[in-house]
Amino acid sequence: MSLRKSPLYEVHEERGAEFTDFGGWDMPVEFDSIQVEHDSVREEVGIFDVSHMSQIEVTGQDSTELMERLVCGNVGAMDVGDAKYTAILNEDGHIIDDMIVNRQPDAEGDPHFVFVPNAGNDELMYERWVGHRDEWGLDAAVENRTDDFAMFAIQGPDAEDLVDSVTDEPVADLGFFGAQYADIAGVETWVSRTGYTGEDGFEVMIPWDEAETVWEEFECQPCGLGCRDTLRLEAGLLLSGNDFHVEENPRTPFEAGISFAVDLDTEFVGRDALTKQDEEGLDEKLVGFKLTERGIPRHGYEIANLDDEVIGEVSSGTMSPTFDEPIGMGYVPVEYADPGTEVQVVIRGRNKMARIETLPFLGENE
Amino acid sequence: MSLEVPDDCRYLESHEWARRDGDSVRVGLDDFAQDELGDIVFVELPQEGDDVSKGDSFGVVESVKAVSDVYAPVSGEVTAVNEDLIDAPELINDDPYGDGWLIEVALADESEYDALVGPDEWEEDME
Repeated sequence: MSLRKSPLYEVHEERGAEFTDFGGWDMPVEFDSIQVEHDSVREEVGIFDVSHMSQIEVTGQDSTELMERLVCGNVGAMDVGDAKYTAILNEDGHIIDDMIVNRQPDAEGDPHFVFVPNAGNDELMYERWVGHRDEWGLDAAVENRTDDFAMFAIQGPDAEDLVDSVTDEPVADLGFFGAQYADIAGVETWVSRTGYTGEDGFEVMIPWDEAETVWEEFECQPCGLGCRDTLRLEAGLLLSGNDFHVEENPRTPFEAGISFAVDLDTEFVGRDALTKQDEEGLDEKLVGFKLTERGIPRHGYEIANLDDEVIGEVSSGTMSPTFDEPIGMGYVPVEYADPGTEVQVVIRGRNKMARIETLPFLGENE
Repeated sequence: MSLEVPDDCRYLESHEWARRDGDSVRVGLDDFAQDELGDIVFVELPQEGDDVSKGDSFGVVESVKAVSDVYAPVSGEVTAVNEDLIDAPELINDDPYGDGWLIEVALADESEYDALVGPDEWEEDME
């Protein structure tokens, strides 16, 4: 199967990017170096092409109900211009995907949502929404807009100044998870104050054919998926497919540490399972850790206790460019989850000492 | 981008270089390999006195995005290990044929060295 491409593929190629297959998309993994790109976002500002992110539009008089019943957060409490992080669960309460929902200005008097699941999940989510709409007899239109809109993320402490400089709209006044339309270079874009780096920043949706015009407005370091991963991991943010996977690593939002994305007072698929877990407590949960010996933890490596018994698995790991230390996340029984607990990570058959840390890694040293 | 291929080295297909000085052979990763890996952040190397065998993995080099085995271009006893890489693995990126060397091996069989790919041929392969 041929890979899907961003509308900016040739622009990135010209700029010297290296590409990688991510969720069925051929996306830039690195423009200059992961360290350089990572540092630009932590210290100044960088721009990511995240056109691989899925975009599903939901309109119609029952759109709010359809959204509410298919995600675990309280979509009904969203106002126009709100963005919200939440998750899509199955009946067992396990995360199928996580995503940001945007509530855009009403369309023909009805609520209008665009939600952004992860790369490659657009068809799956589109079918899930349409299937449940029909099953529940709701009046809502669902459109897969992934190939209609490009998406950029402008991230870093200087992101506000940069985004403010390319539009006359008061985007600098947006609060965290606020969103609005903004004209950039004569193109109508949807700008939200969201991101996946642990820094202040914005995500911008742009009509597919206008992507290059808008991209060129932002004069800053282009960043690839390589540093997107190191940035998000330092910020303790989940990577779909790694830190949860509905088949290979089924996890509830409580286990994954995103209980803030759940509102048990709403009615949604998976709620009964979550209510039960909420009452009974957790057996395992996601923790952060630092290796205190040399080595780099990676997805799939075993986590052991001090008696060398395997107690879990690394879900994400890297050498942190910010802290210059090996960091990771993984699921362990709750009795090992307290910060300061010593565990081991098995790297190529050798056990390396590690210490459970408070998530996110970012923040404590700043 | 043009890759550097020093003409005083011979090469293994898995992108290690070997440079002979008498009976000693210094080994490192070539320019192509360091560029492919990107920012190198960790190395795991044998100890002095260990034996390595031609074609076998003798260590690991990790960048942020990948883990890569490194293979011995010749067989013999390890006589030196580049300890500077422990704290500064980025030397492999900065100077792959110089300060970024990995190990030195006491050459046990000259024919193994001669059988490596010569610099002219390697340069052609890189184009």
